[in-house]
Amino acid sequence: MARVELESVSKSFADTTVLSGINLDIADGEFLTLVGPSGCGKSTLIRIIAGLEPQTSGQIRINGEPVDHLRPHERRVAMVFQSYALYPHMSVFANMALPLTMQRLSLWERVPLLRLFSARRRRVMPEIRREVQSVAAQLQIEPLLNRRPAQLSGGQRQRVALGRAMVRHPNAFLMDEPLSNLDAKLRVHMRSELTELHQRLKTTFIYVTHDQVEAMTMSDRVAMMDAGRILQLGTPAELYARPSNLKVAQFIGSPAINVLPVRIGDGGMVELPGSPAMIHTSLPPGSAASIGLRPEALHLLPSGSPRDGAVLNARLRRIENLGAECMLHFDLLALPGHGVIVRAASIKGLSVGEEVVLGYDIASIHLFDAKGERAEVLPISAHPAQREAATP
Amino acid sequence: MSAFRLRQARIERWTGLGFVTPAMLLFMLTSLIPLAVLLGLSFTNYELGAVDTKSVGTANFAKAVADPVFRRSLGNTLLYVAIVLPGAVGLALLIAILVHGRRRSRGFYEVIYFLPVTSTLIAMATVWQFLLHPRLGPVNAFLRLLGFDEVAFLSEPHLALPTLAVVGIWQLLGFNMVLFLAGLSAISKDLYEAAEVDGCVSGLDRFLTITWPLLMPTTMFVMVTTSITAFKIFDTVAVMTRGGPMGSSEVLLYNVYLEGFQYFHMGYAAALTVIFLVFILMFSAIQSFVLERRTHY
Repeated sequence: MARVELESVSKSFADTTVLSGINLDIADGEFLTLVGPSGCGKSTLIRIIAGLEPQTSGQIRINGEPVDHLRPHERRVAMVFQSYALYPHMSVFANMALPLTMQRLSLWERVPLLRLFSARRRRVMPEIRREVQSVAAQLQIEPLLNRRPAQLSGGQRQRVALGRAMVRHPNAFLMDEPLSNLDAKLRVHMRSELTELHQRLKTTFIYVTHDQVEAMTMSDRVAMMDAGRILQLGTPAELYARPSNLKVAQFIGSPAINVLPVRIGDGGMVELPGSPAMIHTSLPPGSAASIGLRPEALHLLPSGSPRDGAVLNARLRRIENLGAECMLHFDLLALPGHGVIVRAASIKGLSVGEEVVLGYDIASIHLFDAKGERAEVLPISAHPAQREAATP
Repeated sequence: MSAFRLRQARIERWTGLGFVTPAMLLFMLTSLIPLAVLLGLSFTNYELGAVDTKSVGTANFAKAVADPVFRRSLGNTLLYVAIVLPGAVGLALLIAILVHGRRRSRGFYEVIYFLPVTSTLIAMATVWQFLLHPRLGPVNAFLRLLGFDEVAFLSEPHLALPTLAVVGIWQLLGFNMVLFLAGLSAISKDLYEAAEVDGCVSGLDRFLTITWPLLMPTTMFVMVTTSITAFKIFDTVAVMTRGGPMGSSEVLLYNVYLEGFQYFHMGYAAALTVIFLVFILMFSAIQSFVLERRTHY
């Protein structure tokens, strides 16, 4: 169990910068997920924490102690690889026992043949066997201990890899996309199993994934990365409700957030596309910006209802029925070439090609400036121009 | 079955036979028929150019077992294999691991070590003969420079065979290295990283835990092919020592060559060849039974 701190960790290969100034403070027992598109540097970061790669600059501390000079096993972290990296020529037992035999036996007690003469080995091995068996029991892989990795299914290999990490009681578990080689159904299952394992072990987990669902469902905190930086660090709920960056907004949530272009008018007034309603912002007038609307923020307005709020005129293009809910894909009439997806409980007697009015609450708007940074939507009543406009 | 199906099956059978025939013919002409002739000859006293030839039963084989020259040549061949096998396999593994660790210079070293494989051994044997010449050779010149006595590598009875073995190792090294390199490249980098996290820190630990066991299939293959190649030693003996001095470098195939094409004892040479083939067959059997049954990870 350990607190893991990263202080301005940077990494560059030749003249490409992979990571720039990463700061992270991971609490003891926390489940922290590094999420981001491929190539964002998340795998490099976890490998640096593991000690498999040196950082170019910056410091890593485990329990307050700098570990930059320590090799992976001295950092007492365990790593689960995407490929599982099980030793194919060893039984499941030998795979899981290896970290312990490496730790407790000297070289000549491990060399084939020679080791047969070691009395100490005969004393130590039963201990190791007991420990491996107890971990195997926790993971329900006891019957597999004598098999080879090639004889196991993907899910079983995953568990063996976890078991090999667990036997050492490491300071922290580092997991590099551990579920991406599993099929969809098993992935969902292993997700909850990993979460339960974390709750039981109460050890620090650092988890790398490109799958936002894994990040959202398993983590205490999520660090969303892009181009070698952390864009936002927070709880899954925070990332979803208040994305600090357009990229975060677009990455987190499925289906993805609807993004529509807007222009900042005089006095920071923003005209919403196809709608008489306006919002107010402190962004400079004349600049481009975009608004994000979650699929569940939009709803169909019954025909004949007042249309003075924030509305979008749209034509239904496609219906995706998911059973419990459906995704309605609309083309916007006011913004040709743009569409939105609406999450709805039912199809409500709609047919493709039909024109409808979509309404949304102004409070649900996420506003982003031209660079994609989040901008605040100010209370509209505070603006004198709006008050004049409201009372003609 | 309908008539159509029957016709279809017949056409398929003839087409199949048609495809197999060229390969089968070639195999018969180059391997099976010569083998049958060889086997037939081994039971006769046929001599090249002789008018009458008669069957002598197993007399040729009995003669071989009692023949001191043959026994010496078989012993020499086995000794040669015993030197070349560990040398060519062990050194190749060592070099492969070293070369595998290079990044930019890897291609350079691969070419350097592979060059002997591409050269003609007969020509290279002549070069080695010059290199090792007691008076003119640079090797002895170097020894003299260091203040040692010159060594007659090829004319000392106890040195001739080991010297030939060194040349044999030199010739096989590059090929074996390439095979080991292929085996090494097939080992996932993840395994080494997992081992590093698990505490396999020293190079020796990594070698014993990962490299060596995972190279086992490659190693078995290399050992079998090396044994077969070493067992077939002929060129270097023919060029460099002609079996001498005092029969100390007489080997099986050179013996067959002498009996058959120098003394024209074709029947006896055929019998020796059959014995030679039995050994080769044994090595091949090891390959197919031991190797194929091993798990390929």
